[in-house]
Amino acid sequence: MSALDFVLQNPTVWRGDQYAKVAVESVSTGFAELDMQLPGGGWPRATITELLLNQQGVGELRLLAPALARLSQNEKWLVLVRPPHLPYAPGFESLGVNLSRLVVVKTRSDAESLWAAERCLRAVSCAAVLAWPGCASSQALRRLQLAAEEGKNLGVVFGPTRSAAFPSPAPLRIQLTAGRNRLELQILKRRGGGWAPPLSLDVDHPACTACSEGDPEGGTTRALSACAPPYRRFQHGVA
Amino acid sequence: MLWACLHFPDFSLQLLLRGSRACGPLVVTTGGNRPRILSCSLEARTHGIAPGMAMSAAYVLSPQLAEHPRDPAAERRALETAAAWAGQFTSAVSLLPPAALLLEIEGSLRLFAGLRPLLSRLRCGLADLGYAADIAVAPTPSAAWLLARGGAGSTVTDPSGLEAALAGLPVSLLDQSKETTRSLALMGVRTIGECLLLPREGLARRFGQGLLDELDRALGKLPDPRPSWTAPSRYKSRLVLPAPVQETEPLLFAANRLIQELTGWLRMKQAGITRLKLNLQHEDRKPTVAILGFSRPSRDPRRILALLRERLSTLILPDRVEAIALESAEAQPLDSRNLSLFPEDRLPEEERWLIIEHLRARLGPEAVYGIATHPDHRPELAWRCCEPGTDVAAGMPVKRPLWLLEQPKRLGGDGDQPVLDMPLMLIAGPEQIESGWWDGSDATRDYFIADDGNGRRFWVFRERQGTKAWFLQGMFA
Repeated sequence: MSALDFVLQNPTVWRGDQYAKVAVESVSTGFAELDMQLPGGGWPRATITELLLNQQGVGELRLLAPALARLSQNEKWLVLVRPPHLPYAPGFESLGVNLSRLVVVKTRSDAESLWAAERCLRAVSCAAVLAWPGCASSQALRRLQLAAEEGKNLGVVFGPTRSAAFPSPAPLRIQLTAGRNRLELQILKRRGGGWAPPLSLDVDHPACTACSEGDPEGGTTRALSACAPPYRRFQHGVA
Repeated sequence: MLWACLHFPDFSLQLLLRGSRACGPLVVTTGGNRPRILSCSLEARTHGIAPGMAMSAAYVLSPQLAEHPRDPAAERRALETAAAWAGQFTSAVSLLPPAALLLEIEGSLRLFAGLRPLLSRLRCGLADLGYAADIAVAPTPSAAWLLARGGAGSTVTDPSGLEAALAGLPVSLLDQSKETTRSLALMGVRTIGECLLLPREGLARRFGQGLLDELDRALGKLPDPRPSWTAPSRYKSRLVLPAPVQETEPLLFAANRLIQELTGWLRMKQAGITRLKLNLQHEDRKPTVAILGFSRPSRDPRRILALLRERLSTLILPDRVEAIALESAEAQPLDSRNLSLFPEDRLPEEERWLIIEHLRARLGPEAVYGIATHPDHRPELAWRCCEPGTDVAAGMPVKRPLWLLEQPKRLGGDGDQPVLDMPLMLIAGPEQIESGWWDGSDATRDYFIADDGNGRRFWVFRERQGTKAWFLQGMFA
């Protein structure tokens, strides 16, 4: 063991690529590399997750598909609030989503979308709520976050990349960009803080390592492990 | 037999007062050219207004007085809907117009765990309806009716105690002519007890057999059959508001009265409703109609009210509302449900549908739907909108996009390369689809998966006939 390793073993030393693992109830993303970077080891429940992207169709739904497929095995609803295009039934089915759990909500305005998203997030009968609210203000996102805490469901809000420059109450923010046949992810903010390395995922072929160890709810709760010293947890940086 | 009589004093006034939480001075009048006051609210009394007064005199005392002429037909209808509500307590309800109901409750005592719980349920229920009733219980219907009007709250369960209970009531309560009552008073007979002390033969000779028979029926010495009232198969009820309103909260308050009545009727029918129509009636306009739909038969008043609140919040009322009318569709049997061995392991079925109903109440019924696959090769027909929760057998697993464009978008480019802002690269295909020649919307197309070089993947097709143009139909989001 080198002298450096010895120093690094000291629990008071914090390394920049580490984040404090917090006990968060979560649903495995189906991508092992991404799970490792997310507190709780998956898409967190009872919070909203902001996915920021500039163009529809970079693979944002395929990224969520393994989790949605799992959640749809349960009897709760998966709600799509104001999707940008028609959700295509054969496509969702081919990803393993149980269509009888899928609910599409059409709205006429941003205000209605936010209302519907909030109402669904608050309902315990919804397992996941995916919302395309147009341009959501920080205040609106805060309302959604509170609603998700109440309904304990998985909330995903899609927004434009330019809002990455502004603070947001969403505990998890990920910026998505398209790469060559792959989806590039940059975690802008997560519970537990720390800098996350950029990820490049092949969204067409999820490597589902955590799928075998799920409880029937489809979620896993990882216990808090002292990956970084607890006092470093103030790193809830506003991304 | 045990009878409960619900008597509604000042029924015409109660019908108005129940529609609002608080209202100004209010009177019910005889109507006509020179209306006189029949009954007046407490507020009106404080202004010095009393029954019997002429309206012109009352207006002097209180200029902002609200006047409603008495409507006996409406009272009759209200009594009938109250009877429908009371049907949840017993199968034998009979009307005693103008303002009383008779309930035969002996058969229900066991179900409601005794008389006291039953009476308190009745009182709570009546309070929810906005009625104040004098309730009396007696072994005969006539005695219950006399007791309800003479001494509210009396409960006589033993036939032997009946005579003593009735003895103190004034003879004016009996259903006899004014002359009979006056003659009895002149004789110094003021109470039923005094009347019973008189020799029967003399009484019959002087006042006819009718008086004796009435007394005998009250005491249970003569049979007293009562026709039992049958509730209609649909619920329909109207409530006149004491003062026109436009705000949601007062409307909900009034609607709640009718919803409570409706759910009582549903409990009697052991059923739920899936459709409900609320008419908001204006003075000189067509009524505004709010229709509520439930995905599962329901009779939970809170649920109906919550949905109505959602619906009313999006409704734009053109004018103030004078009266509301609630109308139900045919009642439907409630979903029977097996209780789970381990509670809490499943989401209650109603809970699942609540959110769908809520969204629909606010956004409209078409705005919330599920999707299902449909066996058709043409991509635009291979799916259907459906009720959320519809199970359809899975089709063949093929690679399909997640987003479909409402209309295929014409792409630029010709020959072998479509162009969407920039030339697209075809990475998979062609998949030839040729179908639908029989119904006029035939499709003969070559489908490809195309990449725009920025990581986005599209589902495009080329017509195989005619212009051979390229179209964008979907996105692999």
